[in-house]
Amino acid sequence: MERKRSLKERLRDWDADAFDLTNEIAGPMHPAPAALPERPKDAEPEDALAAEDFRVLRRAYPILAALLGLMTVVFLLVAVFDLPPFGAAGTPTDNEVALRYVRDGMTETGAVNLVAGVILDYRAFDTLGESHVLFTALVAVLILLLKAEDPAIDDEGTLTLRQDRIVTTAASILVPIIVLFGLYVILNGHLGPGGGFSGGAIIGAGLILYAVAFGFSRLETKLNLGSFRIICLAALWFYSLSKCYSFFCGANGLHTVFSPGTPGRILSAGLILPLNAAVGIVVACTMYGLFSLFQRGKI
Amino acid sequence: MQGFWEQVWNVRIPIAAVLLFAVGFVTLLLHRNLLKKIIGLNIMDTAAYLMLTSFGYIEGRLSPIIQNGNTDPALYGNPLPAGLVLTGIVVSVSVTAVLLALTVRLYARYHSLNLDEIYAMAQKEHGLG
Amino acid sequence: MEYFELLLLGLLVACGAATCLTKNLLSAVVIFMAYSLVMSILWAILRAPDLAVTEAAVGAGISSLLLFLTLKKLRDLRRKAQEDGTEKES
Repeated sequence: MERKRSLKERLRDWDADAFDLTNEIAGPMHPAPAALPERPKDAEPEDALAAEDFRVLRRAYPILAALLGLMTVVFLLVAVFDLPPFGAAGTPTDNEVALRYVRDGMTETGAVNLVAGVILDYRAFDTLGESHVLFTALVAVLILLLKAEDPAIDDEGTLTLRQDRIVTTAASILVPIIVLFGLYVILNGHLGPGGGFSGGAIIGAGLILYAVAFGFSRLETKLNLGSFRIICLAALWFYSLSKCYSFFCGANGLHTVFSPGTPGRILSAGLILPLNAAVGIVVACTMYGLFSLFQRGKI
Repeated sequence: MQGFWEQVWNVRIPIAAVLLFAVGFVTLLLHRNLLKKIIGLNIMDTAAYLMLTSFGYIEGRLSPIIQNGNTDPALYGNPLPAGLVLTGIVVSVSVTAVLLALTVRLYARYHSLNLDEIYAMAQKEHGLG
Repeated sequence: MEYFELLLLGLLVACGAATCLTKNLLSAVVIFMAYSLVMSILWAILRAPDLAVTEAAVGAGISSLLLFLTLKKLRDLRRKAQEDGTEKES
């Protein structure tokens, strides 16, 4: 006779590997199950904690969660009242670091936009990691949503977009302007607001609009998985190698070939302009790739 | 009472950030719907960024873009929080994309967005619960 | 300007609460988009133009687009499952 499992064992099972949902969705995209699980329409929603042992836990969970949220708010509000007044000068955040960045930032990096100088020169390592996070996210989505090369489960028909005359006409006017504006934002990253991330997102949005209006077939000849790999890897490698060079030279006090130049010129600020371009390329490719993967399951 | 309201006025943006954080946190904990949980996480993210950005603002100073070659530190705001938040925004959109892809896969498998239902079905499939 | 800022803060909290209280997922995503846009205006007022541009492009644009696409994909999956189910029965 089977022994009734104790609460402790059941809790352990509940948390065991068998319920790790990542096992359920690993591997290539399954075709959807043939039919929805049988369930009467007006049945109570099923509940993971419906079992007898968890009844107390199930009732207590919303109360505990609400209590936790309330406590967080109260503690944070109490802490917030001890902050220095908003917008005051001389607060702890307005310290010698900010002073140094503002005073010497332009002469040291050559960037008029100090934020670009901070993220792409003083703290460029941070931005490199960030570009890799974005690229890794694309790879993760690729693993999860890339459809298997099986014609039997290819449901291209249900996922094609309806061609609309208004959208097509508007897109033919707007796409060049959007892409041009994105290029402007990227290339002016060291002179004004903007930079690789925002400009890359704008160009990605332009590509997405083009794909929505005219279909993927025209873009596919230029932007497919092969060219994606080459473009993204080339941009990331360029970023890493050029930053390695400038870190090496900076640490050893050597003279670099990238000089800050005359601040305010378009060709100035040393590495910041090419790095902005590299980041912009990675971001634009990633945004378009995410759209394509969500839309039809392949790049 | 006058002093209290003055104090509230002085920290108005951090208070709004805390309220938004609470809204996102409660959504993340209490909503059963996976998409709502993701939106709640995004609201929490932006609340933290709002708080950080408010530290970089100093009354009467310009945004940190050098004007006419004048590098007087008393003229510009703090560029550091903006740089940090810029990194954060891009990371949060990456996280959102991965979470949404996971949601699509779970829906394709279990035809539900309700986390409890998904757990119950997984338990049933493995003969437990 | 301070009152405009206060108005934006109020709108922000209202949008955040409305996103979480809306039952319809599509309207929740639209309200989230408005929330991101208000946030980007607020950042422009807080003298962080880089953040405003990035949030308008990434938060209001790409994030919301991905949420919309997810909703569309879920609808397609549901329809497909229903079609398969009816075919099996007949």
